[in-house]
Amino acid sequence: MSDAAKLRVRAWRGGAEGRFQEFEVPRRESQTVLDVVTHIQRHLDPSLAYRFACRVGMCGSCAMMVNGKPRWTCRTHVDKVAKDGRLEVAPLANLPVIRDLVADMREFFDKWARARGQFAPTATRADAFAKVEPQSAARREADAGIECIGCAVCYAACDVVSWNPQYLGPAALNRAWTLVNDARDGDKAGRLRAVAGDAGCHSCHTMMSCTELCPKNLSPTRSIAGLKRATRGVAFGEGE
Amino acid sequence: MSVRLEARLWWAQRVTAAFLAFFVAVHLATMIYAVRGGLTAAEILARTHGNAAWGLFYTLFVFAAAIHGAIGLRTIAAEWLGWRGTPANAAVALVALLLALLGLRAVAAVVIP
Repeated sequence: MSDAAKLRVRAWRGGAEGRFQEFEVPRRESQTVLDVVTHIQRHLDPSLAYRFACRVGMCGSCAMMVNGKPRWTCRTHVDKVAKDGRLEVAPLANLPVIRDLVADMREFFDKWARARGQFAPTATRADAFAKVEPQSAARREADAGIECIGCAVCYAACDVVSWNPQYLGPAALNRAWTLVNDARDGDKAGRLRAVAGDAGCHSCHTMMSCTELCPKNLSPTRSIAGLKRATRGVAFGEGE
Repeated sequence: MSVRLEARLWWAQRVTAAFLAFFVAVHLATMIYAVRGGLTAAEILARTHGNAAWGLFYTLFVFAAAIHGAIGLRTIAAEWLGWRGTPANAAVALVALLLALLGLRAVAAVVIP
């Protein structure tokens, strides 16, 4: 194997204060960034903290900064991101660091709650199933945003989050938009109030980093644009 | 800051942006057309003096620019300088007022004979 068969990896160690530690990891075919991090922990330094679960792009727990950009590491091939055989992995940006590559996701998910990301039911078990026309405009809008896995890649990519810590962020607003388009939901007015204003959709600058980096190819930018239109009533409608 | 105010400012920013797109396009096209035709400043002023249509056009232009610019500065102050709240709002309101006054003074000079 040539020199190119080694990967030079810099991995963040410590909390908010810390440093990058260098490792040499053997290069393998179809190797993912998560494979690299796992190799470090299993063979080079068992004290390295990182988070993963499903390894197949479903659970949304393994996202990290990879060479400066947030990625889902289990589905990110080293081929695609390692320039000159160099890899730098760090905890997700815009979130507190717990240790090494593990970010504290609390604020990220608290903001889903603040954006009223909870379904508000209107029917009881005695009612019949709601009939939702699959081709209806609202159902298609909801479909476009509903596959979010909550990995926080968009949240780490968003400049507005870094400038305005109150900003709910792309994922929470995308979630709110899917519920605004849910015919069964009973809290549209409350949700639109929750996602309007400085902390909500009106702060989005449409820079589209979230859409560019979303591993599920969703477009939170599109969802936020929908919220901006839908919140017209908050600006000019009845009551505060 | 109230959610309603923020949402209204966002709409004001959008609406003034749409108007500005039109105003700037007409302004630039007219300017280039007039200068390429070889008109001097005096000749241009002779045409604009007493012209109510241009007076209205540039008055609306000034108000759109003052509102749009001030809301934009408010956002920059909040996001880049972390300056929010009543003092920041008062400061950008003052900027909007100054922009409007300076602009209206220029419009008066061009339109009032």
